[in-house]
Amino acid sequence: MALYSEKVMDHFRNPRNVGKLDDADGVGEVGNARCGDIMKMYIKVNDGIITDVKFNTFGCGSAIASSSMATELIKGKPISEALELTNKAVVEALDGLPAHKLHCSVLAEEAIRAAIKDYYDKNGIEYDKSKFPDPTDDDHGHGNEE
Amino acid sequence: MDTRNKKTTVYADNAATTAMNDAAISAMTEYFKEVYGNPSSLHSVGQRAKEELEKARERIAARIGADANEIYFTSGGSEADNQAIRSAAVNGAKRGKKHIVTTAFEHHAVLHTLKKLEREGFEVTYLPVHENGVVSAQEVKAALRPDTALVTVMFANNEIGTIQPIAEIGAVCREHKVVFHTDAVQAVGHVPIDVKDMNIDMLSMSAHKFHGAKGVGALYVRRGVPLNTLIEGGAQEKGRRAGTENLAGIASMAAALDYACEHMQENTAKEIALRDRIAAELCKIPHSKINGDMERHLPNILNMCFEGIEGEGLLLYLDDYGICASSGSACTSGSLDPSHVLLALGLPHEVAHGSLRISLSESNTDADADMIIKAVPQVVKLLRDMSPVWEALEKGEKKHLI
Repeated sequence: MALYSEKVMDHFRNPRNVGKLDDADGVGEVGNARCGDIMKMYIKVNDGIITDVKFNTFGCGSAIASSSMATELIKGKPISEALELTNKAVVEALDGLPAHKLHCSVLAEEAIRAAIKDYYDKNGIEYDKSKFPDPTDDDHGHGNEE
Repeated sequence: MDTRNKKTTVYADNAATTAMNDAAISAMTEYFKEVYGNPSSLHSVGQRAKEELEKARERIAARIGADANEIYFTSGGSEADNQAIRSAAVNGAKRGKKHIVTTAFEHHAVLHTLKKLEREGFEVTYLPVHENGVVSAQEVKAALRPDTALVTVMFANNEIGTIQPIAEIGAVCREHKVVFHTDAVQAVGHVPIDVKDMNIDMLSMSAHKFHGAKGVGALYVRRGVPLNTLIEGGAQEKGRRAGTENLAGIASMAAALDYACEHMQENTAKEIALRDRIAAELCKIPHSKINGDMERHLPNILNMCFEGIEGEGLLLYLDDYGICASSGSACTSGSLDPSHVLLALGLPHEVAHGSLRISLSESNTDADADMIIKAVPQVVKLLRDMSPVWEALEKGEKKHLI
């Protein structure tokens, strides 16, 4: 398919970690249905390691693939590493996204941060608030395509 | 879910384009090497081509109730729309008329031409099309002003398929001496059209919507209505549209239109039967909705929304099933907003994102309909199962809108 790479299509057709965690330690939801993208991430954390992660997404092929890949990239990793995950890393892992779809990868990065922030908040863990910009503040990268 | 097992392709995107049919293809081929002359050349090779060009013109004119000298060949519907609208606007402005009336859900070839005219000082009234996607002649009449130069209303909408009361709108325009243009790109070859009976002053058509070649269309302009040139150059098309004529494409258009009109009744009956069967089954999917008045409607188009999911995902999964369709979601339009047509119907953004357009042709079969009926509910369920929007709706955190 000319529009998407094989990797993107693979993660779209066989999305990894789709679902919910009823006993999640952190839940993050970003995006809005008005602009057509919403991602919800659930994480389970043990000793600072993300032991399980699930996602639900309302959005296009890129959105589904981005969320799927993002969950793969943080599963089994320490939270500190998950916080380092950038949308660029997600895009690279997917062998690229069309320019006008890059905002989907930004949304995936924001969803992970939102889940981690929720985990911190729920457990009263101190964190640097400047590292967690409010995702509802911006339009998750629409127009920031690069 | 990898459903890539498609042995057959079900092409249900005929509103986007159609495959050429045998009549159109065989009509073209003699213009590649046998009748290849330039119709403007004086020698016999050129004049032979000229004869064929004029024969094609007559055939096409006859199919819409026009005279041959009222047909101007273009590169397609977009060019015809641009030329018609710009010409009527500029000629109106010469007489102090700089107001144009149109609808909110015209094709972008019309809307963007109008936007450009607005930047040049014209005023445009965009009539609402209501929930059913139809505008009335009374509404057009009420919008007319002494300085209205042009009314442009599409014959049938390409996304939802609703047909406007063209003859009545034409009558209103005739009575008020306002030029009436209709973008009939989606309607020509699918419904009967008579420009005289319907009081149409200008009409755009495009061959590839009725199994002709891509890159060729025509603009009908009633004798007596002035037409300005858009493309300057040679004297082709009575000096109204320069450029050596795409005779092969034009021949395909004449053949395709003849075929479409000759088989219109049986094709229409077949398409309606398939479409309505698909509609009836897909409506069983909970929280779904058909868009547009199904009474005044093209035979082959069905546009539906499914709450809680997004259209591009829907199309990609359907493509894996071998089903080709389209959607009005933002992701498919490449912009942040879903289709302006669906928004013009008053659909909320979230619902408009989950749209699906199925557009059939006479080549589609009962087996095709069966595949669509089987695949769409499965794909909708798959997407809903992973959608946080659907989860919120089902939990009652958000209210179902459809």
